[in-house]
Amino acid sequence: MGKTTVSAALSRAAALAGLTTLIVEVEGKSGLAGLFGQPAFDYEEVTLSPGGGRQGAGDVRARTLTPDDALLEYLEDHGMSRISRRLVTSGALDVVATAAPGIKDILILGKVKQLEGSAAHDLIVLDAPAAGHAISFLRSPRGLIDAVRVGPINAQARDVLDLLTDPSRCQVVLVTLPEETPVNELVETAYSLEDEVGVSLGPVVVNGLYPEVAGLDADPEEAARRAGASLHPGEAEALHEAAAFRRHRMELQAEQVARLAELLPLPQLHLPYVFDTDLGPDHTDLLARAVLDGVAELHQVPGVGAVAGPDDGAPGAGSTPDDGRAPTGGAER
Amino acid sequence: MRPRRDGDLHPLLADHDIVVCTGSGGVGKTTTAAVLALEGARSGQRAVVVTIDPAKRLADALGLEGLTNTPSKIEGDWPGELWALMLDTKSTFDALVAKDAADEEQAQRILDNRFYRNISGALSGTQEYMAMEKLYELHEEWDFDLVVVDTPPTRNALDFLEAPRRLTRFLDHRLYRILMAPSRGIVRAVNVAAQAFLRTVSKVVGAEVVEDAITFFQAFDGMEQGFKDRAERVLELLSHDETAFVLVAAPRRDVIEEATFFAEKLHEADIPVRALIVNRVHPRFGDANPDAVRERARTLAGTDLGGLYANLADFLTIAHTEEEHLEGLAAKVAPSPVLRVPFLASDVHDVGGLEEVGSFLFDPATRPR
Repeated sequence: MGKTTVSAALSRAAALAGLTTLIVEVEGKSGLAGLFGQPAFDYEEVTLSPGGGRQGAGDVRARTLTPDDALLEYLEDHGMSRISRRLVTSGALDVVATAAPGIKDILILGKVKQLEGSAAHDLIVLDAPAAGHAISFLRSPRGLIDAVRVGPINAQARDVLDLLTDPSRCQVVLVTLPEETPVNELVETAYSLEDEVGVSLGPVVVNGLYPEVAGLDADPEEAARRAGASLHPGEAEALHEAAAFRRHRMELQAEQVARLAELLPLPQLHLPYVFDTDLGPDHTDLLARAVLDGVAELHQVPGVGAVAGPDDGAPGAGSTPDDGRAPTGGAER
Repeated sequence: MRPRRDGDLHPLLADHDIVVCTGSGGVGKTTTAAVLALEGARSGQRAVVVTIDPAKRLADALGLEGLTNTPSKIEGDWPGELWALMLDTKSTFDALVAKDAADEEQAQRILDNRFYRNISGALSGTQEYMAMEKLYELHEEWDFDLVVVDTPPTRNALDFLEAPRRLTRFLDHRLYRILMAPSRGIVRAVNVAAQAFLRTVSKVVGAEVVEDAITFFQAFDGMEQGFKDRAERVLELLSHDETAFVLVAAPRRDVIEEATFFAEKLHEADIPVRALIVNRVHPRFGDANPDAVRERARTLAGTDLGGLYANLADFLTIAHTEEEHLEGLAAKVAPSPVLRVPFLASDVHDVGGLEEVGSFLFDPATRPR
């Protein structure tokens, strides 16, 4: 669905609006660094695109969080460094994680919460796991509060839940493609997240819409005559077929966008399809500007920003990532 | 759009009893698996497709609601049989426990344990293992000619092969032996250290969580060997000639990178990739140079013809880069066939849709009668 690409675009958009932004990766090996033309990164925070310069932009920074690293750090911070290595290297974390499912997720979310508290960034964008896992990922604090009734994990889970359910601190941005199955999955995910986690949903990002091109309805021979140009042999057919293909796909995409709007009353941000398989910093900038344009448009339409899901009058749903410091989950599919 | 077929997968179905579809998430693995099984049925085979996808996409693809953990037959106009099932990790695991338990009472003690109930949902690799276990069961006990398995999206194709061993390792965990130590008479010093360790773990996650784990391992006592033996038999079946691995991909760069990584890992493990299926390939409109066409669009900007050229340049560019990315991957799986399935007009949600995809994978002339 381009969840990582969208995380990059949102972050870059926030940075262009002057916010220092941190992207948190949780699954590793996502190609995020390449979207900023940078080498791969790890647990240590790196700067993917420095701020300053023309628009007085903020930094885009990034780091990868793993449960093992987060656990080590947690234990060390809580005076249990002696046990920590052993817990991780012996594989006991697997046993513990099975005993209390969601513990790995809470370790990561707990670390995100700590980063939020440190106020070192204006915005944190969490490139969350893909749809199926996104729900269990975000549901982990609720599950753990029930499973582990006392102790530091319980406290951690409560703090994380506070963060997730506070619309002024956190919003979930769902990403989809303008296609049938992804749209169905997104709608399913959206309702599950609101019902089961109680998070506030931001605008839905529809990624990969073919940009408009003028002249697609024209007959190539006619168009050539009008432009005073001549076509190569066989070219008319290629031009015609390519135009028909794009028109057809654009119709299908428009249908899915309309269907999504009907099924899910949330504002949409539309991002263009990039006709290139190698995405780099220029494409990220292009998509970031599309985000900013889309955000500006949402603000001009009164009422759109107030729409939320069925059981949830969450204030702030539909607000934008640059409203303030807020970890943002991107969920795929 | 010219229909183009780069190969024929009829020999793949004829030569193998089991086809494992592997690849990253979101590349159409589920649909591909269904297409292969359907063609098996069309070729007169008794075929079954196992899906793991929690999004129930196969059910969509077959127009079936609510597939269950046991195969259900899909009626249709074909000489063979087509069956489908949706893997239920927990039920599959439950059945395995029931099979290996000494008696009903032991089985029930395990099934009731909270820790056990978490295993299927929380322990990584369990889903992969149960997929393989199901495959084994279908092949050994159900007498299917063709078992096609869709696999969970993972970053490493070998997860399926490693999952059974990882789970048996987990069940045979060092912690388990530490917990069992008192009853097995290991020197007291070990036990003291273990107790200290457990106390710290309890401090972090709470005592009842640790209690659950201990109770589970106690209940499981004596069953490790049965599990291990079965896991080894599953692995043996997977590495046998009758099993074919098929790599499913899309021509996006990130997917190709992952697929290349998969192909390398499988190669290291001596498992040949029998076919590479690339879904969602952009059509190729002629063979003009994309840059030249883009240049023409620029000179004609503002006219309809300029727009038409700009559009053509877009698709030539994407087709060109897609092919470029595919080349390296194709070389990795050579001499196995690479089959391209173009973007289709709509999502696949019925047998007709599966057939359309199938037309890019199978030559109707070679279908066995």
